Amino acid sequence: MAQAAIELIGINKSFGAVRANRDINLEIARGTIHGIVGENGAGKSTLMSILYGFYQADSGEIRVGGQPASIKSPNDAIALGIGMVHQHFMLVDNFTVLENVILGAESDALLKKSIAKARSELERLEREYGLEVDPDAIIEELPVGLQQRVEILKALYRGAEILILDEPTGVLTPAEADHLFRILRQLKEQGKTIVLITHKLREIMAITDTVSVMRQGTMVATRETTKTTVGELAELMVGRRVLLRVEKGEAEAVGVKLAVRNLTVKDSRGVTMVDNVSFDVRAGEIVGIAGVAGNGQSEMLEAISGIRRAVSGSVMLDGKPIDLTGAADPGELRDRGLAHVPEDRHHVGLVLAFEENENSILGYHDDPRYVKGPFLDIDAIRDDARDKISKYDIRPADCRLKTANFSGGNQQKIVLAREMEQDPGVLIVGQPTRGVDVGAIEFIHKRLIAMRDQGKAVLVVSVELDEIRSLSDRILVMFAGRIVGERGPEATEGELGLLMAGVEHREAAE
Amino acid sequence: MDLFNAIIQVLDSTIRLSVPLLLACLAGLYSERAGIFDIGLEGKMLVGAFAGAASASVFHSAYIGLGMAILISVAFALIHGFASITHRGNQIVSGVAINFIAAGSTIMLGQAWFQQGGRTPALASDERFGAIIWPGADAVRSVPILGPIYSELISGHSVLVYVAFLAVPFTWWVLFRTRFGLRMRAVGENPAAVDTAGISVAWLRYRALICTGVLTGIAGAYLSMVQNGGFVKDMTAGKGYIALAALIFAKWKPVNAMFACLLFGFLDALSIRLQGTPLPLIGKVPVQLMQALPYILTVILLAGFIGKAIPPRAGGVPYVKER
Ligand SMILES: Nc1ncnc2c1ncn2[C@@H]1O[C@H](COP(=O)(O)OP(=O)(O)OP(=O)(O)O)[C@@H](O)[C@H]1O
Ligand SMILES: [Mg+2]
Repeated sequence: MAQAAIELIGINKSFGAVRANRDINLEIARGTIHGIVGENGAGKSTLMSILYGFYQADSGEIRVGGQPASIKSPNDAIALGIGMVHQHFMLVDNFTVLENVILGAESDALLKKSIAKARSELERLEREYGLEVDPDAIIEELPVGLQQRVEILKALYRGAEILILDEPTGVLTPAEADHLFRILRQLKEQGKTIVLITHKLREIMAITDTVSVMRQGTMVATRETTKTTVGELAELMVGRRVLLRVEKGEAEAVGVKLAVRNLTVKDSRGVTMVDNVSFDVRAGEIVGIAGVAGNGQSEMLEAISGIRRAVSGSVMLDGKPIDLTGAADPGELRDRGLAHVPEDRHHVGLVLAFEENENSILGYHDDPRYVKGPFLDIDAIRDDARDKISKYDIRPADCRLKTANFSGGNQQKIVLAREMEQDPGVLIVGQPTRGVDVGAIEFIHKRLIAMRDQGKAVLVVSVELDEIRSLSDRILVMFAGRIVGERGPEATEGELGLLMAGVEHREAAE
Repeated sequence: MDLFNAIIQVLDSTIRLSVPLLLACLAGLYSERAGIFDIGLEGKMLVGAFAGAASASVFHSAYIGLGMAILISVAFALIHGFASITHRGNQIVSGVAINFIAAGSTIMLGQAWFQQGGRTPALASDERFGAIIWPGADAVRSVPILGPIYSELISGHSVLVYVAFLAVPFTWWVLFRTRFGLRMRAVGENPAAVDTAGISVAWLRYRALICTGVLTGIAGAYLSMVQNGGFVKDMTAGKGYIALAALIFAKWKPVNAMFACLLFGFLDALSIRLQGTPLPLIGKVPVQLMQALPYILTVILLAGFIGKAIPPRAGGVPYVKER
């Protein structure tokens, strides 16, 4: 075996009562791509943040290139040639690409020289790795795919030999992900070592040389990728067999619950995002909206759920219209039986500073079950929260914990539990399993199908084709704000992919 | 010609009145750009004014006075830092506390040391910062138009006035042309990005607060050793708050800050000038209305005329890594 680039020996780390890493041992060979998989909250991000010096391990040893290393801050890690692309990007949004790249690695006390140097260095990196990005663009104006590229450039600019990527593809479109993997392979050919955290086992199989599995803070296995299977990895992660594609019977769709007619929505700049869209969702079926991110799906969801104003069109819920002028009150829609799991949970779905139990009734706090006279019935709320925690396997199982302290996937489950347990007639879900581990995906899919079988109307928007295909009874494909095709669940990936890329649409228009 | 002289006089006092605002406003700019809200500008100016006048009169030196003003003001800035950076306390609460401590302690110490009802002894002329007369100022005074502009507006101010106006391009340069400025702006927007880039968030923010302390110290010294010949209790009279308004108004940019402060200074000068003089059409304007004008203007302009003022995004939020 080649020389080890990184050795982690007996790493332990606790956050208060939560033991995020216990006694972790890991060895990663130089010049390889190593995958790390594991359930939400298994401690993957924590382990890598320790390697990067962002957190300090409570105990344990780190060796880099065979030498014992003391990594007390990201500075030490950078000096040792370690770079990291974090799960949540660490960029200054209103700075330019160049300013972000040099931040902390300025070559001079004056910016002019540092920027000039960085500019020529960036040009070299761009040529070498195909990492094109306009150095003078402002970060917040770039799509997430390019923002991520900036993060990679930041690491390479600092001379990273070991590059850690924490769930890099969670926010990428399939094409962007492909491009990323080409770059990673190229980096590997240059002798760099790459650590890749992801929930997508397909990606692990496609690109890694070795893969480690974490479960509840411990390292449970390390395999050569060629000698393992998706099924085995999933089983190792969750500790039981996982259905990667949930079984479901035929849909028994009956009356129309949600009818969308000629819906048109513009964004804040006045660009038409949803263009004259019409469709129905019937009781007892799951309608999936497929499409590459940014083709109007988010805006459409927001308009239907009363968060965003529509320009024209109508939406009928149970035969009665929803006010689309912006006066629609999401609370009123809730009362009428429309539940919404927003795409952007962090900003719209949760108050991160609240305790878990408070978030688990957010928006339903007027419900008679949770109030006693003018007061909240704290005991009832907590009992209810505990109930959801056990039912949805939210970890850690502590309803008094601040929501910010849950891992991303568990935060997702908190919102899903809240909306699904209200027993709504219509459920609208944006990206139901973004950032969620395979075990939880299975669970969430099962719950969605169970709701369908109880006769609810379910509308799912997802950028994951696999998810759309395994959940939906009907698939609508969105491209450039329009619905460009409807297919059944038997549609092939290639067929949907072409629709999503707007190919047939363009041909039809010609 | 009378009108011209009147205008020159109003502009001259505009400059004098806007200096403390400008220094305080730039002070606030350093700290808020680094992500620390600072309601305590007022208090830091006040302790600066007191320390400056008190030590100038004891040591008979304007420069020792200025040095002490800066020192004490920086010390108060560091207290704010200790509470809000190291201990992640609420920045507004800490700032308000500093204002109370400043108001109370200056009166108490002034009375205990000088027994003049909270005042410090009147400063002799060599204990104050005198006016600097520029070469040829007297010679050109009689030249029409340009003469008075040169000799009244440009020449004849104390050194601190020039310091205040030079601090504007200097601050701009620091903010947008130096490594320190880049990091300071970054830490006010996204401290986690700064942290992962291997820079200490706390140390960076402390340094920004030291800049704040230096500037509020100079502002205080200006009040008690230039504008006034000694310290009078509560002599800042809300200037720290106007400076904060000006900062928002200026959208946290140094050159804008200068214009905002000049505008507020001008309104102030005008209100003094127009006291008791009837205006055409309106008649006599009550002094109170003129004095309230800066605040009214701020509210109106902030309510929509200057566009959205977006504060540094991490402002007011203590940086917490491990919860
Ligand atoms: N800064 C923090 N403070 C307190 N607890 C934390 C912190 N970061 C993580 N935790 C806790 O540590 C555990 C491990 O979290 P970590 O983020 O490493 O999980 P993960 O494997 O990356 O999960 P995901 O796949 O959801 O990103 C979780 O239980 C989480 O709640
Ligand atoms: Mg993670």
